[in-house]
Amino acid sequence: MNVGIGPSIVFWILAVVGIGSALGVILLKDLFRAALFLVVAFLTMAGLFVTLSADFVAVVQVLIYAGAISILMIFAILLTGQVQRGNPSNRLQAGAGFLGVLLIVTFAVVFLNTNWRLSGEAAPDSTTAALANVLFDGFVLPFEIASVLLLAAVIGSIVLAREPDEQ
Amino acid sequence: MAGINHYLILSAIIFSIGLTGALMKKNIVTILMSIELMFNGVILAFLTFARFPPSRPTGLEPVAVSPFLTGQTFALFIIVVAAAEVALGLAIVISMFRNTESVDITTADKMKG
Repeated sequence: MNVGIGPSIVFWILAVVGIGSALGVILLKDLFRAALFLVVAFLTMAGLFVTLSADFVAVVQVLIYAGAISILMIFAILLTGQVQRGNPSNRLQAGAGFLGVLLIVTFAVVFLNTNWRLSGEAAPDSTTAALANVLFDGFVLPFEIASVLLLAAVIGSIVLAREPDEQ
Repeated sequence: MAGINHYLILSAIIFSIGLTGALMKKNIVTILMSIELMFNGVILAFLTFARFPPSRPTGLEPVAVSPFLTGQTFALFIIVVAAAEVALGLAIVISMFRNTESVDITTADKMKG
């Protein structure tokens, strides 16, 4: 585990690609290309999750985010048919950019000045089976509530998005 | 090896890019995409703290759940909530487009006094 310089190179590549594609999402004029850059950002995040030894969460990220959510976004773009209108910014552009940079600087100062007291344990090799034990043991009530939430969201979106009844 | 600060600053950068996009865009679909970026930054922070658990003072009784797994469980629940949120959000987008023929949030001012 963590032998040599390999993990570090992987981290830097994923970080640069992730930040670049995230910037592409909010800066590109073409809405459809922005959605495709969103897929790239999600996939690089999944790679970063693997480097954090969260293998199951990485697979879920690829399935749910890069698979389902991006496809929903692209469907919404195509259904609303506003691709040719582009991806304009409102008049808060400068203020929002300033706020973003300020937030990054604040977080960086806080993180770098915190004395993290880490245990330094090696991460477990595979987390999938252990995660299943945790989910269906201590977290079983939140798990069931999450499934009810998903059901309510699905029914709500069907009601909202279907054509109104012809009376 | 990239340490805890590398990952935390990266998650802060992703979160801030998402926040900037959510504040400065007119198209409601782009705003939803930016919110998804913010979710991803938060998930990255959770997984970072799960990967680098704190040292516990000696003498305390052991925790019931491995410190590597609580953060990952929270990340899974965030993904579930994000999926529900995006399904409802896009239904609202479609409904809004059907009513106003526009996805520009600056024109959605019917409730303005």
